[in-house]
Amino acid sequence: MSPLKIKKGSSKHSAYNLRPNFSDVQETHTLAVIVDNEPGVLARVIGLFSGRGYNIDSLTVAEVDHTGHTSRITIVTTGTPQVIEQIKAQLGRIVPVHEVHDLTVEGPSVERELALLKVQGEGDKRVEALRLADIFRANAVDSTLNSFVFEITGAPDKIDAFAELMRPLGLVEMARTGVAALPRGV
Amino acid sequence: MTRQMTGAKMVVQALRDQGVDVVFGYPGGAVLPIYDEIFQQNDIRHILVRHEQGAVHAAEGYARSTGKPGVVLVTSGPGATNAVTGMTDALMDSIPLVVLTGQVPTFMIGNDAFQEADTVGITRPCTKHNWLVSDTARLADTIHQAFHVATSGRPGPVLIDIPKDVQFASADYIPPQKARISHYQPQTKGDTRAITDLVAAMETAKRPIFYTGGGVINSGPEATRLLRELVDATGIPTTSTLMGLGAYPANGPHWLGMLGMHGLYEANMAMHDCDLMINIGARFDDRITGRVDAFSPDSVKAHIDIDPSSINKVIRADIPIVGDIATVLAELLEIWTARGRKVNREAIGKWTAKIAEWKKVDCLKFTQKGGVIKPQYALQRLEALTRDHDRYICTEVGQHQMWAAQYLGFNDPNRWMTSGGLGTMGYGFPASIGVQIAHPEALVINVAGEASWLMNMQEMGTAMQYRLPVKQFILNNERLGMVRQWQELLHGERYSSSWSESLPDFVKLAEAFGAKGIICKDPVDLDDAIMEMLAHDGPVIFDCLVEKHENCFPMIPSGEPHNKMLLGEVSTKDAIKAGGAVLV
Repeated sequence: MSPLKIKKGSSKHSAYNLRPNFSDVQETHTLAVIVDNEPGVLARVIGLFSGRGYNIDSLTVAEVDHTGHTSRITIVTTGTPQVIEQIKAQLGRIVPVHEVHDLTVEGPSVERELALLKVQGEGDKRVEALRLADIFRANAVDSTLNSFVFEITGAPDKIDAFAELMRPLGLVEMARTGVAALPRGV
Repeated sequence: MTRQMTGAKMVVQALRDQGVDVVFGYPGGAVLPIYDEIFQQNDIRHILVRHEQGAVHAAEGYARSTGKPGVVLVTSGPGATNAVTGMTDALMDSIPLVVLTGQVPTFMIGNDAFQEADTVGITRPCTKHNWLVSDTARLADTIHQAFHVATSGRPGPVLIDIPKDVQFASADYIPPQKARISHYQPQTKGDTRAITDLVAAMETAKRPIFYTGGGVINSGPEATRLLRELVDATGIPTTSTLMGLGAYPANGPHWLGMLGMHGLYEANMAMHDCDLMINIGARFDDRITGRVDAFSPDSVKAHIDIDPSSINKVIRADIPIVGDIATVLAELLEIWTARGRKVNREAIGKWTAKIAEWKKVDCLKFTQKGGVIKPQYALQRLEALTRDHDRYICTEVGQHQMWAAQYLGFNDPNRWMTSGGLGTMGYGFPASIGVQIAHPEALVINVAGEASWLMNMQEMGTAMQYRLPVKQFILNNERLGMVRQWQELLHGERYSSSWSESLPDFVKLAEAFGAKGIICKDPVDLDDAIMEMLAHDGPVIFDCLVEKHENCFPMIPSGEPHNKMLLGEVSTKDAIKAGGAVLV
């Protein structure tokens, strides 16, 4: 007997949304988790990932509603569809978690990350670094006679590309914030 | 009108307002103000255990046998860390507990103060939720929230860490009806479309089976009643996990017995060959599924569970239903009735006939011969001599636990207390104390192995102090039986550290505590000895010397599917392949 042909539902409370394909393909998803900003809430989320062996590619967190004391945690994670569904279900049952959104499946979204890159060099390399920064719309936020600190905002791919170009030009140090993301439209 | 009171008084008032009548605990420096308040009132009874682990297991026994949350009160540092095993056990088996721990004063937290431990940090992964209360004004509200979280949705243990200065300071008491409404409100109503799909599948299924679990019992008496109504009206054969025993009665006409690694042959074969599996409140644990890729290969699987994370965790559900068992079963019965209460009677008749053939294998048969008691025989006699009593059974963990599940019959829910998910040796004795506290007139038996029992034997002091007539029925094989069985099957009969050396004389041990001890070695004396145990009005340690190298069968070897069961002492050699040997 073959499995029943059941149409995938879309109502918010339907467990049909939980039906994965059980494929082996690794997918990267961006999750937005709205939580009470209370002590230990980040430890709960991180502990869930480490305790159950899930991946965290990137994680950002900050209070987004100062009156309601809620924070938004943006997590980029990689796993099979089954694992991604488990992560969402497990996050959803943490008591201070209000909402879990999978921005990757809920429609188009904007993802941005901020990075600071320190590039050391003189002469032609210094000029080339500045020229590339201009192309990438990166700003020099600190400058000495033999170094720059560039500030760049963009999708993680863009920052990766910029960092790759800066490497031979004297990249010595880099700091990244991790991804912040919002769905497009309303 | 608000009432000012100290944090310590607030704890007692909040427990009273939550309907708590008993607390299991052990005092210490950081909870002395609360103990002082307990001393000055009579509404809440405090049961002094002999070790904090015992307090948590006793509260679990209380909770499982009543359906109410168990409450624990222990001190900071070692008090809290000793409670960790019990909380992990309760988390795995979905038992509602509220654990209150003392903490060093807020201004000393982080200074490595005497008896300080990061209790909320340590217990974060072993509780459903926990709180460190740093302000007395938030204390009562937090306790009310804690009861809500522990008992709603999938139940579980919660912990509240209360620094000593918070216990001394005063603030307004907030009663439960004025507590903050928690946003934690798990969905209880199932998706009607999915339930309708399940009804449609039930109407046409040729080889359906109900596979029920602890969720039915956790959902409450209404869930049990509806399950029985559904099973009896449809005639669909029913099996259960270890945790779910008693939801459908063992003497019911459609009962297959327990399934899983040491489940009954007919139950496992039916699971493997069914065409519609209806999982009600179970979670496809690895003790149940065996090899996942060969688990019930030809069936449509429906899964009803209140916890969305249980669905599709291990086995893909074709018909997933998130909701409370009682609520979902009520709607299921309603829809099934509205559609004319149809099932494929003819096909189910054939299916039942097939199952009857499997039953003829008689997988639990054994032969009691010679002068040594077989453990199965001991349990068979215990069942025969106690089945008509108002009886509650606890167990420790190991072979005796599986034999108890196989040979004892459970006709009602909340009568069977055993550590399923975590497999905690030392669970049963303190659990039996909690059960006896909740049911003073009932017969409470802890079926134990001698090694497990010794892990929390200090609780004899508790049993004596509160005159709890708990019966400790120890199947003594002088071995860590299940470990030894695995060493026999997997490790070339090299019995590494799996025997019980230097055992106490259990009769003298009982007498040392002022209890009664009985030893039984000969099968001929067994019935009289059990009757003597039942007749004694007080705690009894029953030392039943049994066959030392008896193995627990049937058994699904690790890494094998349900239809590859080992039935007995026949060629068990090399039954577990290299791939299975890494599994536990």
